[in-house]
Amino acid sequence: MTRYIVRRLLQAVPLLFFISLLLFVMMQNMGDPLATMGGRTMTRSQDRARLTRQLGLDKPVIVQYFFWLIGNDWTKIDLDGDGIAESPGIRKGVLRGDFGYSLVNRKPAMEVILERLPNTLLLMVSAEVVVILGSLLLGIYAALRQYSLADNVVTTLSFIGYSMPIFFVALGLMYIFAVNFKAWGLPYLPTVGMFDPRVGKSVWQVAWHMILPIFTIAITSFAANSRYVRSTMLEAMGQDYIRTARSKGIPRRSIVFIHALKNASLPIITVVGLDLPFLLGGAVVTERIFAWPGMGRLFLDHVSRADTPVVMGILMLIAVAVIFFQIITDVLYAWLDPRIRYH
Amino acid sequence: MGRILEVKDLVTRFHTAEGTVYAVNGVSFHLDEGEPLAVVGESGCGKSVTMMSVLRLLPEPPAQIASGTAFFKGRDLLKMSEEVIEHDVRGREIAMVFQDPMTSLNPVLTIGYQIEESLKAHLDLEDEPARERAADLLAQVGIPESPKRLAAYPHQFSGGMRQRAMIAMALACEPSLLIADEPTTALDVTIQAQIVELMLELRQRRKLSLIWITHDLGVVAGLAERVLVMYAGYIVEEATVDDLYDRPQHPYTLALLAALPRVDRRRNQRLKSIPGAPPNLLVQPHGCPFAPRCEFAISRCRTENPGLTDVGPNHRIACWIDVRTRKQR
Amino acid sequence: MTVENIPELTPVSLQDEIETPVLSLTQLAWRRFRRHRMAVAGAVALVLLVLYCTAGSLFFTEDYANFNDLSIKLQAPSQEHPFGTDTIGRDILARTIYGGQISLLIGLTAMLVEIIVGVLIGAFTGYFGGWLDAVLMRMTEAVLIVPQIFLLLVMAKFFGGSIPDIHLFGRDFSGSVIVIILIIGLTAWPYTARIVRSQFLSIKENEFILAARANGASTWSIIFGHILPNSIAPIVVAATLGIANAITLEAYISFLGLGVRPPTATWGNMLEGAYNYIDQGIYWLWLFPGLLILLIVLAINFVGDGLRDALDPRSRAA
Repeated sequence: MTRYIVRRLLQAVPLLFFISLLLFVMMQNMGDPLATMGGRTMTRSQDRARLTRQLGLDKPVIVQYFFWLIGNDWTKIDLDGDGIAESPGIRKGVLRGDFGYSLVNRKPAMEVILERLPNTLLLMVSAEVVVILGSLLLGIYAALRQYSLADNVVTTLSFIGYSMPIFFVALGLMYIFAVNFKAWGLPYLPTVGMFDPRVGKSVWQVAWHMILPIFTIAITSFAANSRYVRSTMLEAMGQDYIRTARSKGIPRRSIVFIHALKNASLPIITVVGLDLPFLLGGAVVTERIFAWPGMGRLFLDHVSRADTPVVMGILMLIAVAVIFFQIITDVLYAWLDPRIRYH
Repeated sequence: MGRILEVKDLVTRFHTAEGTVYAVNGVSFHLDEGEPLAVVGESGCGKSVTMMSVLRLLPEPPAQIASGTAFFKGRDLLKMSEEVIEHDVRGREIAMVFQDPMTSLNPVLTIGYQIEESLKAHLDLEDEPARERAADLLAQVGIPESPKRLAAYPHQFSGGMRQRAMIAMALACEPSLLIADEPTTALDVTIQAQIVELMLELRQRRKLSLIWITHDLGVVAGLAERVLVMYAGYIVEEATVDDLYDRPQHPYTLALLAALPRVDRRRNQRLKSIPGAPPNLLVQPHGCPFAPRCEFAISRCRTENPGLTDVGPNHRIACWIDVRTRKQR
Repeated sequence: MTVENIPELTPVSLQDEIETPVLSLTQLAWRRFRRHRMAVAGAVALVLLVLYCTAGSLFFTEDYANFNDLSIKLQAPSQEHPFGTDTIGRDILARTIYGGQISLLIGLTAMLVEIIVGVLIGAFTGYFGGWLDAVLMRMTEAVLIVPQIFLLLVMAKFFGGSIPDIHLFGRDFSGSVIVIILIIGLTAWPYTARIVRSQFLSIKENEFILAARANGASTWSIIFGHILPNSIAPIVVAATLGIANAITLEAYISFLGLGVRPPTATWGNMLEGAYNYIDQGIYWLWLFPGLLILLIVLAINFVGDGLRDALDPRSRAA
């Protein structure tokens, strides 16, 4: 088991390098960072040239990537353009946690990202919990009542649920629970930001503001996963060992929740673990609509302003998170399935 | 020796998208205490469905037990509520062992758990006594080092051991009747013999009534006292083992026995197969089901279904013809 | 135990054989598909939606769809404008018709790009293996790890505006349409490639492939003539669902402002900024285009589900 984990981790490392290289190359032509950084004050060509050298943009792409990875504070760069490198570099490189400076905020990119990261995590984790609980309940319910009216209704609703584009869900929820509730004099849900600035950032405020965004992100996954739970439960319930358990007179509840569910939960774990990329993608649209100050919205803002360091930082963070989750899911699966654990 | 099971006129059908499957068409038989009964027939003849109907293990829909009674120790199993039959009968009075021990055991639960859950559900045993008894049961079915084996998972056992574990599970609560549905078909011949041995031993020790479903006539010879031969959802012959092999009376039984490959056959003699195809169970039965393939058939066979009639002590067949004279009885 | 009492049985001729009709694979698949009510309903809905977008242009010209009159902006649905008007007074109904054309076009073409690239890469890596497989599989994994939408946003920024407007079939398209098609296709191919590769890995071990090779069939004909036709089922399903995916993704990035540029309408960019007006209870800006996206994705998902069951080679029942 430990060997398996170590092997997966080792495999992940070259993959991450590969991803970072691909992304880095892709980002080179994303826009003019000088224009972004300098803004209107950058008119003199000497300033432009100096900034170019400072950012290392005069070097070939491969060298730039290299410096991006391991920094340049161990070498000297040529800041005054005379062809002689004299000033020490100031970057420590990604491998030491330095993603450069945000071209927009003039702060270290990592700092900018980490400010927003917890907000997105809050949404992600809560949404995932909602998805897991909801799809288990609904999926099992539908599986136990196969072909009944309830099952057909659930199936149809699931189809609709995961066919809906996220913004449609968001706008629909906003329209009903915010606008119309307000118009009808009912207590309504907020649609902007994390908390009401007049009231301040309290736990209750944040929780209240979280409701609509969480459901927006969760609905699509929840609909898809409940169908999956239903089908894995049905498959488990159709197996021979269920017939054996019934012949032993084991009570129905044990058959469903122990005999069947224990088997069905294995593929379900896989699916849940691999859900993360979709949830993250959903966060981008959701955070935009609800003005939630998270990483998704940060990404959107900084992509449109060609802020390469921050964008790269976010992308690498996502890549690490996704790979990490894949490994955790695989390990969990291997650990839970006795056929693999006690091979 | 009293009668423990009496089944009368059992009719079971399946309602599917392709139509109604007439799986069991009026089956009647009995079983006495401590008696070993074999049920033989080809695949699809309804032998498994009959027994599953008695224990009410078929999902209803699409199955439907259309009519009949099944009296077990004075109670009609077919009229019992699901709660009662689940709690009182299944696993407790009547137990079943199935064909493929790999798929019939839950792969994510330990063998110990699967035995102990029966004990806890029916006998209300606590953890410790349940575990002890489970270890004891495994020892009884011939599995060595049984206390350690309780923590093992099915995939860690060999095929024969798994089947023994299944038998242990079935006998955990000391049922009076054990129904074995082709328990050795999926096993090697040598293991088969061991399992049959085990069954005989257990039957002796516990005074167990046994119904053994098989399509292997060789196993029948070693184990049973009485035999039921089934075809297309009907019982076509019911006899003692000796009568069956020495004096078979039904054309189907004859054909089955003739089809057995024999070591003392002449070298260039062809294997005798039964001509024709198995019956289409989607068609409502009319007349004798074997008539299309029967070389003794007369016109009456195609229109009228012969019921079971006595042809000797403890020997009944469902046929209009006397096969020795080739004339109607 | 002797068996001398068994009379000699004479063989009987084989009548009463029940014949099942011989059906081709397509007929079999069609039959099974027909039994899925939802799938058939989805197919019908799909046809209707396509009709809406194509035949609808007979009723409204493109100029009408782009015609803006600020004096009638943000009007609720009425007889003259059944879907209302948008922020600069354009008729929403007409825009959904022309927007639909673009959305469908993007969906179909992006899917084609995805399928062609995915099949080629999946086929070659699955069949040849070796270092090519190792490298391309790394690439596949790499693309799969970063959620598609992030890649799309970056690439949309990267490529945006680099392709000039074009004129095709009597319509003017913003060059961003081509950009969107390409980037969606180029970020979605790993899904198809993985499916095709695993199909190839398992099918190429079959004996009929060995037989074909023994008969002197060329590599090309083995890949495209033998293995590929046998893996058609999951590819068809993936393609169908790929259309829905492409339409949804285009809608997302257009909604976020980095997709197709105005005045070319798509269902996605019609939603851009619609949420700014939601407080005023202006639902028609987002309801109609959103509903249309939902309907077409739903229809495609039903059809895809039906296809998946119908084309499953393991099920022989009709």
